[in-house]
Amino acid sequence: MQNLIFLADGEPAEGGHAPENPLGFVPVEAALSLVVFGLLLFLIWKFVAPRFEQTFAERTQAIEGGIAAAESKQAEADARLAELEKQLADARHEAARIREEAREQGAAIVAEMRETAQAESARIVEHGKAQIEAERQQAVTSLRAEVGTLATGLAGRIVGESLEDEARQSRVVERFLAEIEADSATTNSSGSVN
Amino acid sequence: MFGITMAESGGEFVAPGPNSFDFSEVPLFHIGGLAVTKPMVQLLLGAVIVFVFFYAAARRATLVPSRIQFAGESAYGMVRNSIGRDIIGSHDFIKFVPYLVTVFFFILINNAFATIPFIQFPTFSRASMAYALAALSWIIYNAVGIKKHGFLGYLKLQSVPSGVSPAMYPLLVPLEFFSNILVRPVTLALRLFANMFAGHLLLILFSTGGLFLLEYGGIGYVAGPLAWVLAIAISFLELLVQFLQAYVFTLLNAMYISGALADEH
Repeated sequence: MQNLIFLADGEPAEGGHAPENPLGFVPVEAALSLVVFGLLLFLIWKFVAPRFEQTFAERTQAIEGGIAAAESKQAEADARLAELEKQLADARHEAARIREEAREQGAAIVAEMRETAQAESARIVEHGKAQIEAERQQAVTSLRAEVGTLATGLAGRIVGESLEDEARQSRVVERFLAEIEADSATTNSSGSVN
Repeated sequence: MFGITMAESGGEFVAPGPNSFDFSEVPLFHIGGLAVTKPMVQLLLGAVIVFVFFYAAARRATLVPSRIQFAGESAYGMVRNSIGRDIIGSHDFIKFVPYLVTVFFFILINNAFATIPFIQFPTFSRASMAYALAALSWIIYNAVGIKKHGFLGYLKLQSVPSGVSPAMYPLLVPLEFFSNILVRPVTLALRLFANMFAGHLLLILFSTGGLFLLEYGGIGYVAGPLAWVLAIAISFLELLVQFLQAYVFTLLNAMYISGALADEH
């Protein structure tokens, strides 16, 4: 081979045939070039390009499929998230409602209690007043009786006259009290005269 | 070896020239009456390499690529996306992708033969082979345009520039027709051919020249190795040119197709 190259370079000059025009047209070479190129083109067209293109298409599809799958997953996750957030909001709303209700109920209970307590206290006060009045009345009555007894006793002793008798005693007391009243009335009038 | 023989036989340095690209006198073998030369074999070898690589990559294509599949997909995807889709547009590009991929890698590997050891000859420095590809490109983009716009519609699209006052038409229409229909395939072929041809010529010149200088002695002991260093530097530059020419050829193909499909010039 090496020999050939150098021979090829040297031989024509030594051989001395007419120099070839390098731009000249050599039909055999042109035809061979066309045929070889055409064959290669056919083979590439038939066996290489379709497979590469198919692979490229498949690869693109695989990538796009992956992206689509990821997108659907993402959408699903978004939906779940939205749902959960909605549930959470509902729960919060529910809790707020219950709290509000409880507060209202509490307020109502307090108001009711207060009302009851007031009624009770009013009742107790009323009862107390009635009792006091009754006791006072009782005291007045018993006091009047006792004062009468004491006074009669005392007067009886002083005048020596027994006033043991009930009727007389009562009469004397009445008279006495009437006198006192009249006396106080005259004193008042004399006082006013004087 | 060759340099030595030259120096010994004549003592004169014979500069490499167009003859260095002429293999017709030294065919590798014959098929029938046809002499098969080295560039012809390279052309076939290039096609085989491209196909084997891509077939191995695409044979068991899976969603998660293997190493070879990833390499094949990256190579295919580079032409598909950065040339096909970006230039032609996402609407129509897909049916031109096999063509663009084939053009790019077929030219790339055949250019790379200029650097690959023991081959070391850029296939497309044979002008006729570049002509063929340019002619095919011309047929394809014109056919695409005619199919879409009709014959007259396509001629109008390619020849009548929009946004120019009709007064300029007599000047512009022939010019546009000339540049878009006639010149394109020629420049396409010549650009590829001339780059490969010139690069290889330069490499031969520096390599054989360096050897000759060493044989010559004297200052040649300095100049010869220097020439070889330059040859190595040029080889690296050539690697870039090889890639660039394959890329430009494919890119222009895509642009021509895109222009033929365009709604307005």
